[in-house]
Amino acid sequence: MHEMAMAQGVMEIVEDYAHRSNAKKVCTISLLIGEMAGVVFESLEFCFSALAKGTIAEDAEIKLKKVPLVGHCNNCGWQGHIENYNFFCPECGSAKVDIISGRELRVEYLEVD
Amino acid sequence: MEVPVMENILSSNDKKAAENKKIFAKNKIFALNLIGSPGAGKTSLLEKTIDVLSDQVKMAVIEGDLFTNKDADRIAKYNVPVIQINTSGGCHLDAMMVAKVLPQLDLSELDLVIIENVGNLVCPAEFNIGEDTKAVVLSITEGDDKPLKYPLIFKEAAVAVLNKVDILKFTNFDMVSARHDINCLNPGVTILETSCQTGRGINEWCSWIKERINSKKNGCNNNG
Repeated sequence: MHEMAMAQGVMEIVEDYAHRSNAKKVCTISLLIGEMAGVVFESLEFCFSALAKGTIAEDAEIKLKKVPLVGHCNNCGWQGHIENYNFFCPECGSAKVDIISGRELRVEYLEVD
Repeated sequence: MEVPVMENILSSNDKKAAENKKIFAKNKIFALNLIGSPGAGKTSLLEKTIDVLSDQVKMAVIEGDLFTNKDADRIAKYNVPVIQINTSGGCHLDAMMVAKVLPQLDLSELDLVIIENVGNLVCPAEFNIGEDTKAVVLSITEGDDKPLKYPLIFKEAAVAVLNKVDILKFTNFDMVSARHDINCLNPGVTILETSCQTGRGINEWCSWIKERINSKKNGCNNNG
């Protein structure tokens, strides 16, 4: 249940940014979660709602955006979705494929009043 | 009003992990984060590792466990310094927990710290604790489908240990398929087959660790 630790991370960031912008209420929290991040969305939402009770973010709506797992081949320049977690380049077979996206665990933005 | 943020949810953990990493680097200690399911054989592998390496390198163990001291008690019998961290239900060690216990070790005297994480293939993969390298232990009784079911840890680990190979013939574990999936996830990863019962692969595993200790002593990068 590492989603609780993640929800705590979200809460820290939300309270910090809400405080900095003198917000009275946090309405929306937008999260970017990579396809390869080991996160169960429902658990994260559940944990966050438990933590947010009695805080500035109590009624906030959480928007979760799933970021696809995209790789880039340093050998031939191929870029695309990584299928079946196969990190060999589908074009040239090279093992030099870097992850461009899909590992995100980020708070993207807040909407506050 | 929209407030742009773009901040990593785990940033406070990552900052503390970076501090731990600096402490290990300053003392030229190779720090290994040992991850695997409950029952994969992490503690048995550690016992075998201590058997082989404790005469050659100065090592200490940090044991992560939800509630008990059982693993730490096993390691303490081998006369290496061992510290227990109980997560009280938490499913992984985080950087703060490790930072808290590091002052209990005489770091200037050590070459190797092995941190046995809580038995779990999911959560420990997300939380850096300041280690040089993650090692994943998968026992063949768990099934050859696990690398693709738990891809992150197999992507993050520099070495995958396939343990309990002495009972391979009693299982339907497909070694070719498991090796293929691990290699696709993490091209170039070191895959070792071990048995803590017969001792198979233990020397290769210990040599792999010793190479990393030596390159850390010589100031090389240990991320791979």
